[in-house]
Amino acid sequence: MLSTGSDTIQELTVEELRAKVGTGMEIANEEEHLLLSMGPQHPSTHGVLRLLVELDGETVVNLAPDIGFLHTGIEKSMESKTFTKALVMTDRMDYLSPMSNNLGYILAVEKLIGIEAPPRAQAIRVILAELQRVASHLVWLGTHALDLAAMSVFLYCFREREYILDLFEMVSGQRMMVSYFRPGGVWRDLPEEFIPAVRHFLDFFPARLADYEALLTNNPIFLNRAKGVGIISRDDAVSLGLTGPSLRASGVQWDIRKTQPYSGYEQYEFDVPVRTDGDVYSRYQCRIEEFHQSLRILQQALDKLPDGPVNASDRKYVPPPRAELGRSMEAVIHHFKLWTEGFKAPEGFVYQSVESPRGEFACYLRGDGGSKPARVHFRAPSYVNLASLPKMAKNLFMADLVAIIGSIDIVLGEIDR
Amino acid sequence: MGIEQKLGTMGVVTHRLEDLVNWGRTNAMWPILFGLACCAIEMMGSQASNYDASRFGMELNRPSPRQSDLMIVAGRVSRKMAPVVRRLYDQMAAPKWVIAMGDCASCGGIFNNYAIVQGVDEIVPVDVYVAGCPPRPEALINGIMTLHEKIRGEKLKDWA
Amino acid sequence: MDRDQFVVEKINAAIPDAIEEILDFRGERTIFIHQPHIKAVCQFMRDDADLQYNFLSDICADDMLPDFPRFAVNYHLYSIPNNHRLRLRVRVEDPDEGPETMGTIWTIATWLEMEVWDLMGVRFRGNTSLRRLFLPEDWQGHPLRKDYPLGYEDVQFSFNWETIDAKKPYAKE
Repeated sequence: MLSTGSDTIQELTVEELRAKVGTGMEIANEEEHLLLSMGPQHPSTHGVLRLLVELDGETVVNLAPDIGFLHTGIEKSMESKTFTKALVMTDRMDYLSPMSNNLGYILAVEKLIGIEAPPRAQAIRVILAELQRVASHLVWLGTHALDLAAMSVFLYCFREREYILDLFEMVSGQRMMVSYFRPGGVWRDLPEEFIPAVRHFLDFFPARLADYEALLTNNPIFLNRAKGVGIISRDDAVSLGLTGPSLRASGVQWDIRKTQPYSGYEQYEFDVPVRTDGDVYSRYQCRIEEFHQSLRILQQALDKLPDGPVNASDRKYVPPPRAELGRSMEAVIHHFKLWTEGFKAPEGFVYQSVESPRGEFACYLRGDGGSKPARVHFRAPSYVNLASLPKMAKNLFMADLVAIIGSIDIVLGEIDR
Repeated sequence: MGIEQKLGTMGVVTHRLEDLVNWGRTNAMWPILFGLACCAIEMMGSQASNYDASRFGMELNRPSPRQSDLMIVAGRVSRKMAPVVRRLYDQMAAPKWVIAMGDCASCGGIFNNYAIVQGVDEIVPVDVYVAGCPPRPEALINGIMTLHEKIRGEKLKDWA
Repeated sequence: MDRDQFVVEKINAAIPDAIEEILDFRGERTIFIHQPHIKAVCQFMRDDADLQYNFLSDICADDMLPDFPRFAVNYHLYSIPNNHRLRLRVRVEDPDEGPETMGTIWTIATWLEMEVWDLMGVRFRGNTSLRRLFLPEDWQGHPLRKDYPLGYEDVQFSFNWETIDAKKPYAKE
């Protein structure tokens, strides 16, 4: 009959839940359980997530996520484009942190074809990826607080986020879908007003961060909703593949920027914030602390920003600068070849992971000797993190479920791809 | 002209009922809180502090389709989501309007594949298309202004 | 000793005949495992005190058409204590007779296998919750397979506007 003792996702499938919906009255009489379909249009599911929740009174007994309402076929579409053109698809997966997605994909492409970006490009990548982390966490903070009925935090967070989006527009011409990192470097060098603008951001942002903390950190309403809610133990978190701040809130000190540094993260000093309680409040604290660490990295990266080219010089992979096209026939040929056919990648497969704001974002890329990827697969942190939701929400109130969804910071575009 | 002179200073303004109704409809438009993908973030941006769409009478997003009269389809619509979008549209009370926000909702955008509906106008009748991937908040607000203009020209019997 | 090599020797000592092939590419080691042994190897790699691959990063399948065996399943393992990544790869001849599920070793595997089955159609033995996850319930086929069409629709330009517009199913009120 009803499997009420499950704590993992697989024990109650959507079909079983649906079957129960069909015979709802009978079961309600027998066991007094209620089945609730939450979503796909629901204000606090952060997109089009659908949750089938089995309730005993107000207590969550069982939970099955029903996803796919935003399935975009990105992995399939990328197989029909060249390596460079497929880049624009990655922006639209985790639309809160396009820079991290670009970085993961571009590093995988660079690994596959065997080139490396020059130091200046790598430092630029670090600066933008950290700005993106701040912007992404700002949306998380705003919407998480909104779910817990603190409206004003949302308005403050979006004010600061707009400043970061203006910075992105300055470098790439687009606010959100930047596609700024390219194989072998970045699209173009930073405009000269960018560095002072980031420094200005570093000046005013810590005070704003103190404002958010004043609104939430010791707010008794927030503490009541967040402390001791949605606990996941260290072992469960590792077994369920939780990554990012949600894993570090359970006491595992693992950050890919530290353990397997990419893009020159090893040059910068920063701490990996860890909490041990594993509840909503710990996840909140971890992310708030990550704001400060990102600012530290930004400060160092700006101070150490090297001079030099922003693109690798290998013309087989990196298009020549526009100015060369008028002078050199060879440059015209390379330009034409790269933008029509694209470069060819060797046979083989690589796996590259980066630390996105949500956790381990990884790209598996297989080349078959042609100019298009033979297979692209993304390890989307949101997709994996969603699997711990049933474990976290078990035997809690329905209202706590909203707090937990906010605390694991999922993005549906990345879950469904 | 006649009636104003007869009424004198009684504080009565005469107007066409149609204009009055349309004025009311444009200036208190409640969009449904319904975000799909990337564009939803820009939609949130347009309602947050810097752009503040409530200047145009869109004070609140209503999570319930029953309470809203504008659907902003913000993002790509997958084959699995399409019936849900149509159902939400059907649940909205007339008069109701639809804005297709962004390239994906307007025509499928860059996702020309098996999973994405090539334009939300295959599912719901669209009044205004807003281009951009994603459109800037200003572009969305311009789309809303365009919709207001369209509504001002509507006849009462259109929705009767 | 090199950690990559150390792992191979440990596996060879514990489960002989499990390893089919070893591949090094761009500094990443891939160990090809014979399909019947994959579960034992994974169990060993998680539990052995020297290896401790306690974190399953990802499972993804590959369609190698027109090669045979057509399918391959990758397990990206990570050891948090030893900070080491490794890829196990299994060649799958018949997608309906895929590898055994890893759900009892790493809980997340069930969830990752559901994605693989939905999009690539490789069935994992013992995983009872394989279902349509991303696609509608009544969907036919597995879109990430190479023989599945992309589903491209003609784009409307000014020169073919009317021919496409005539066929376009516009919604009514």
